[in-house]
Amino acid sequence: MAVTTHPKLNATRLRADFPIFERPIHGKPLAYLDSASSAQKPRQVLDAMRAFYETSYANVHRGVYELAARADADYEAVREKVRAFVNATSTREIVFTRHTTEGLNLVAYAWGLDNLAPGDVVVATELDHHSNFVPWQYIAHKTGADFRVLPIDDAGELRLEALDELAGDGRVRVFACNLVSNTLGTVNSVERLAAWAHERDAVVVVDAAQAAPHVAIDVQALGCDFLAFSAHKLCGPTGAGALWGRRELLERMSPFHLGGSMIRSVSVERTTWNELPYKFEAGTPPIAEVVGMGHAIDYVSAVGLDAIEAHEHELAAYALERLGELPWVTLYGPPPERRAGIVSFNVEGVHPHDVAQILDWEGIAVRAGHHCTQPLMRRLGVAATTRASFYLYNVPEEVDRLVDALHKVRARFA
Amino acid sequence: MAFDDLYREVILDHYKNPRGQGALANADAEAEGQNPLCGDEVAISVALDGETIEDVRFRGRGCAISQAATSMLTELVKGRTIAEVAEMPKDELLDEVGIPLTPVRLKCALLGLGVLKVALHRARGTPLPDEWAGLDELQLK
Repeated sequence: MAVTTHPKLNATRLRADFPIFERPIHGKPLAYLDSASSAQKPRQVLDAMRAFYETSYANVHRGVYELAARADADYEAVREKVRAFVNATSTREIVFTRHTTEGLNLVAYAWGLDNLAPGDVVVATELDHHSNFVPWQYIAHKTGADFRVLPIDDAGELRLEALDELAGDGRVRVFACNLVSNTLGTVNSVERLAAWAHERDAVVVVDAAQAAPHVAIDVQALGCDFLAFSAHKLCGPTGAGALWGRRELLERMSPFHLGGSMIRSVSVERTTWNELPYKFEAGTPPIAEVVGMGHAIDYVSAVGLDAIEAHEHELAAYALERLGELPWVTLYGPPPERRAGIVSFNVEGVHPHDVAQILDWEGIAVRAGHHCTQPLMRRLGVAATTRASFYLYNVPEEVDRLVDALHKVRARFA
Repeated sequence: MAFDDLYREVILDHYKNPRGQGALANADAEAEGQNPLCGDEVAISVALDGETIEDVRFRGRGCAISQAATSMLTELVKGRTIAEVAEMPKDELLDEVGIPLTPVRLKCALLGLGVLKVALHRARGTPLPDEWAGLDELQLK
């Protein structure tokens, strides 16, 4: 293997942190190649969540007793961890959510409904997951704004040169994109997209669900205005995520969910909103899950995001090389140097569901379907793809097992 | 369950050489549906002779299970009455398919039958039985 300047991670050693790998699947060791859907959980996160429930659990922001103070401290400490994780300037800009989808809906509703009008243009992309596509399509429709979609080229990369034509003489107010495509693994040039959007006074809303677990994120360098991610894809629990937004925008926005915690005062005549970020956090939050998200951030940070990125890049490049040797496999997406650890493909004459089913029998877990990117499937001219995605616990031997199993798929259906 | 069970020869044969493929020009009953989970698609058209299903054809794309099950279905229902097929239990088709299926794959196997039921009930103006209520969630055009 080539010598790199990146710090290396030891995937075989890291696997030992994940209890899921101790059990065989269909009598074979688990090759979990579906982390883009959701990552497995290390003992460090599971133990920390259990310890929190056993020693420090109470509701947050309410109690005056000792346990409530411990719960508050553990919960609020995660805000600082998330701030540092995305390099935001203030914890007031960190809103806890249930997942990426909720964060993106928050922006679409709380910013979009008040700021969009007929004549405005909302731009999403052909690479967007439905979670950053459908809310904008919906809010654009509700407000009378025009919803447009930036196309990709045949390599699965956004056609930046088409931006001006797409905007025409419309007033672009929103640009919605992902940092990493969940289907093709394309790494988007958010810096350049944000520069273009800001020239037109648009806000830039970034879905970082696929990026946050795998690459170091710096919201200041990206130049975006909102960025959302989920804990469950970065070794944390389901039900917790975070939205970062520029303070001046968040300050001016209406609330999203209404109810307890998000208010300053309530009377029959009028209600005023709590300060940031609590204005956007109504109801009892997923407390232990947020605490778990903090430990997940600690875990991936200790491994090192640069090391994770380099490791996945090697696996994706190796997978593209091995799968590229199979003439009956069609690969989708950009060359390895411009993609994250995600490889989408199809086997000639076999539906992805059947591919995934046979791979399962070999102990290999992959995703088959449209990956919540139906406009992209239409662009690629397919109903679905099979997707293998890699994380810090995957090893090259699993790519070899995938290739061997695909030969079995081919033999069965030939 | 081994994959030899799941993809036994008869399933692969129906997948590769589907029976009853196509669309009828002057159909007496028709419907199409897709499984939003995996994008399997089936369109069915039926020719009736009185109360009897004279011919049934399907067009579709999707996984081997969904397409093979629909192919088997066309053989199963030809010559039967509307009333029989409208009330035909799922298990009759599943027995024919003859393989154990997880809940996700069950939806694939039953897509064609659901679409056929919708077509027949729609043609007769009768409500879809409760047992098939879940299929109302399919995107039926």
